[in-house]
Amino acid sequence: MTTATADPQQRRIEPPRTDLSEAGKKYARRKALRPFLVLAPSFLLTIGILIPFIVAIFYSFTDLTLRSSDFNLIGFGNFVDTLTSPDFWRSLSITLQYAFWATGVEMVLGLGIALLLNEENWLSKFLRLVLIFPLMIAPVIGALVWQLMTNPSVGILRFPLSWIGLGGFRWSADPNFALFSVLLIDVWIYTPFVVILALAGLRSLPKSPYEAALIDGGSAWFVFRNLTLPMLAPVLLVAMIFRLMTSLQEFAIIFASTKGGPGDKTLSIALAAYNQAFPFYNLSGSIPMLLFLWALIYAVCFVLIGFWRKAQKLSSGAV
Amino acid sequence: MNPNGNPLGMAGSLAKTILLLLYALFALFPLLWMLILSFKPDNEMFTTTFFFTPTLENFRAVFSESDFLGTLWNNLVVSCLAVVLSLLVGVPAAYALGRFDFKGKEDIAFTFLSFKFAPEILVIIPLYLIYQNLHLIDSTVGLVWVYQLISLPLLIWILRGFFEDLSTDMEAAAQLDGYTWWQVFFKMLLPLVKPGLVAAGLLCFIFCWNSFTFALLLGGGHTQTSTVSMMRFLASDTVHYGWVAAAALICALPEMILALLIQKHLVRGLSFGAVKG
Repeated sequence: MTTATADPQQRRIEPPRTDLSEAGKKYARRKALRPFLVLAPSFLLTIGILIPFIVAIFYSFTDLTLRSSDFNLIGFGNFVDTLTSPDFWRSLSITLQYAFWATGVEMVLGLGIALLLNEENWLSKFLRLVLIFPLMIAPVIGALVWQLMTNPSVGILRFPLSWIGLGGFRWSADPNFALFSVLLIDVWIYTPFVVILALAGLRSLPKSPYEAALIDGGSAWFVFRNLTLPMLAPVLLVAMIFRLMTSLQEFAIIFASTKGGPGDKTLSIALAAYNQAFPFYNLSGSIPMLLFLWALIYAVCFVLIGFWRKAQKLSSGAV
Repeated sequence: MNPNGNPLGMAGSLAKTILLLLYALFALFPLLWMLILSFKPDNEMFTTTFFFTPTLENFRAVFSESDFLGTLWNNLVVSCLAVVLSLLVGVPAAYALGRFDFKGKEDIAFTFLSFKFAPEILVIIPLYLIYQNLHLIDSTVGLVWVYQLISLPLLIWILRGFFEDLSTDMEAAAQLDGYTWWQVFFKMLLPLVKPGLVAAGLLCFIFCWNSFTFALLLGGGHTQTSTVSMMRFLASDTVHYGWVAAAALICALPEMILALLIQKHLVRGLSFGAVKG
């Protein structure tokens, strides 16, 4: 969270990348301050989030509970407690598995579906309208509906499962398949998120490179690998960054479907922190976990943004 | 892209269709099932599957439940205002990040993204205390403001890439031809980034609409959104699944209508050589 504050006199703008005419350069110079003016409203609107964030960090050094408003400074005690607890590391492992599989499956599936939907036949045209609907159901309700469908005694899915000999499959009640069952709900809800972004990217691709490739007779795979994917990479990376951020923090889906169970098989960091803060009122004890999660997301995004910049240069520069 | 004349074409397109239909089954069956549940009477909820006596009782129950329509309206107001505000300040910001080179640009862009790093439950309690002091609890302004955390980072980061893809030559040429910056922006640049703009706007609306944590804790009697009030149907001792399904479908309806309305704009406005590459 760094903000560069440069001396206004030193701020300068160059006409982006291409050589513009003299008039263009003069125009650009005259508008040297514009980017900052244009950015200011959105920045001022959101910068306030830093205040609660800093307050939360302060609380992590106290023994604040939700029972009373009195608290004492206790230094790094909460951090030591968290980092020495095996439960925390187990939650971290579950969080990482969850985010990896959710993001991975959604990216591959979402891109594939977007490519199929980008064709101009009646089926694709129709499904473009309706396949994004799962995203519109509130995640808590989506999770509830899946719980109901997968209920071993009354759920509708017991019929098709018994036809293929899996009649006793217990979905999220089975410790070995609990994470899988929750991931399935995540994939159901959030794959359309990737589909929407990938479709928007596909829809705005330039036509001319494809015409050239058609003349050269490149195979479909060659065109995808060397044209579509590099040009789509920036928007796919943005989709991936947002999916990773939210799946690392995912709370609603897991809470509504398993509450972290059975046992602690789906107890991710967000769930563990919630359990600390609410049933046990140990508010300050829950914050170090969440700060650790914050740092993890920061690091992951820092790396991915680096990839994004490279991909963006490649796609908007010379292809 | 088009496998006409390819001997594998027929088999390929058949395989594609099958894959698409399999995914469609996965994506749409739970919704269809919700639709069925919403028309089922309580006593047949788990005794029948597809054949039952349909009833509108669930919908009647949802609407007679105190002020469900009112919370739907609240959600519409808050989500629309939040998205409009995000578009007003976010599109220019994305433009600035996509088109200008200036010192600290990447830091600012990363800071925007970093607003999404903190888990909602980490900031919600301090935020609640701050909102209490500012008298923003249970106010439309307060919710619209906090929703910017949901929508602005997404909007800015999606659109930024779309702006960067546009050739700067055209913009400069249009300005040399005497068009003002505003004319260039509205008549040329916006139509060119339209697919990104529409997709980002739709996603922002969906995420604001479905936001639960912020709406639950920072909202209240006057601003309760339908996403929060829907949970009432879950909280009672016996869950009436038919009510939940009916409420969830009604709640999703505005999003679906919006998606259908803007679908045709998911195509670029004009495209003659305006994109680099």
